[in-house]
Amino acid sequence: MTILLEVSYFLAMISFIIGLKFLSSPQRAKLGNIIAGSGMTLAIVVTVIHTFFGGPVTINLILIIVAILLGTILGKRMSDKAEMTKMPQLVSYFNAMGGGCALLLGIIEGQQLYYGDNPDRVAEVVLMTAMMIGATSFSGSVIAYLKLSGKQKDIRNRFVSIASRALLAAMIAVPFLVSYQLLHLNLIQEIILLGTLATLYGVVFVFPIGGADMPVVISLLNSLTGVATALAGIMFHNLLMISGGIFVGSAGVLLTLLMCKAMNRSLWNVLAGSFKNAVIGGNTNGAEIEITRTSIGELATNLAFSSKVAIIPGYGLAVAQAQHLCTQLEQLLESKGIEVEYIIHPVAGRMPGHMNVLLAEADVHYDKLREMDEVNDEMSSYDISIVIGANDVVNPSAESDSSSPIFGMPIIKAYNSKQVVVIKRGMSKGYAGVENSLFGEDNCHLLFADAKDALSGVIGELKTLNF
Amino acid sequence: MLDFISGGQAPIYFILLCIFLGIEIISNVPAILHTPLMSGANAIHGVILAGAIITMYHVPSDDYLNLTLGFFAVLLGTLNISGGFFVTGRILSMFSKKK
Repeated sequence: MTILLEVSYFLAMISFIIGLKFLSSPQRAKLGNIIAGSGMTLAIVVTVIHTFFGGPVTINLILIIVAILLGTILGKRMSDKAEMTKMPQLVSYFNAMGGGCALLLGIIEGQQLYYGDNPDRVAEVVLMTAMMIGATSFSGSVIAYLKLSGKQKDIRNRFVSIASRALLAAMIAVPFLVSYQLLHLNLIQEIILLGTLATLYGVVFVFPIGGADMPVVISLLNSLTGVATALAGIMFHNLLMISGGIFVGSAGVLLTLLMCKAMNRSLWNVLAGSFKNAVIGGNTNGAEIEITRTSIGELATNLAFSSKVAIIPGYGLAVAQAQHLCTQLEQLLESKGIEVEYIIHPVAGRMPGHMNVLLAEADVHYDKLREMDEVNDEMSSYDISIVIGANDVVNPSAESDSSSPIFGMPIIKAYNSKQVVVIKRGMSKGYAGVENSLFGEDNCHLLFADAKDALSGVIGELKTLNF
Repeated sequence: MLDFISGGQAPIYFILLCIFLGIEIISNVPAILHTPLMSGANAIHGVILAGAIITMYHVPSDDYLNLTLGFFAVLLGTLNISGGFFVTGRILSMFSKKK
């Protein structure tokens, strides 16, 4: 039986490697997902068979099978039902599940170590570390989930930053103090204490981090859960858990750094919630920016006379569920020989690549999507740039105003196109909470409307113009 | 645990190799695949479910507290895996629809 387990673990490990590799190439990503999923299924089924083979059917086995079936069905239903705009939350949610699993494992295994015969402090510390990382990842992901669903606001004050440092210090200190008998706790008490500290730490860790940085945090927490899995694997002497956990851990760190790079933010700044300190220098007079308003009719007329149009979509487009109207507008314009392209900021949406997914869902052709870096030098060739539901990613302050909190973030140079039309509902600020100096530019016109109403209005006007 | 380390350097080499492999396999990922890749990696760390199953095996059948905790550990681990792979599949199906 053991040979069966070893062979299937080996196959599963290979499937993880191939799966991750394929997931990083556009043509083979789907196959990669299926390969990794099959490897995982194989490994889990064989684990259950191997562990319980030949023994009686115990309540443990029944509970395991019920839990696995229930989990599979629930997971499938949740992922089928969720809207594409909610994908980042969902990833965070499932990550929390993995972290929670590590936390529970730590609590159960801890009791077994405690009642076991030969105490082994190293094993205990590995166990507690796995549990703490899992707990932090669990509560952190839950908070990230709530933030992305708009149920939890950023909280940044001195109390949070002190609490987070104190908790971190305590999490490191407690095991040492117990090891050297300076703190008299038995293992179970220690585990409960550390589990609680780590859960609280996860909460205060994510509290101050700005909503726009959430993808980075989710990626980091994802990587943490991987580390927790690997540590748990060391405890169980389980090579598959070690390798799977470490692949995710190291790949997750790299992915986190790549995302930071895409936003030109250092990981450190992200973690410090560093949009924070910017007590927006001298820029608070934003309300006095002189704006030019435009109307649906005017926009439609201008579009009819243009020859090259850029659409710069942001998360607001997705929230208004206006992607499909966007596609309609694109097709209408193209049928009249007007060139239309979408320009995607690397962090448009709530996660890198999120906007591409949302547009793909709305049948936008892959070739129409241009990346920011490709087009930034030729922005002046566009007659009109329509900014829909995006804000910070077109804010020139990021380039010119060193006091701006988003200074240094790469932006789409929409202001270079001949005319910019920003469709938004009101003068509210973007996700970073910063004034947008683009609105004061001469070539920028604002159209205050819901993205959906505006687009359907423009489409209607264009049809009546019959240009 | 100490056996694991002193039993030879092989485990340490194994871990180091895994770290480099993890970095290497995703080093060329284009930005548009960040989301599905993160989601896929998220599903893979659900392999912690194997640990949950083994743990569950050792729990005495009359220890109802730990049986409950174990049940939830297995449930959460499974959710991590199934949710992770299904979401990744859904995201990717958006891409491949047109070609």
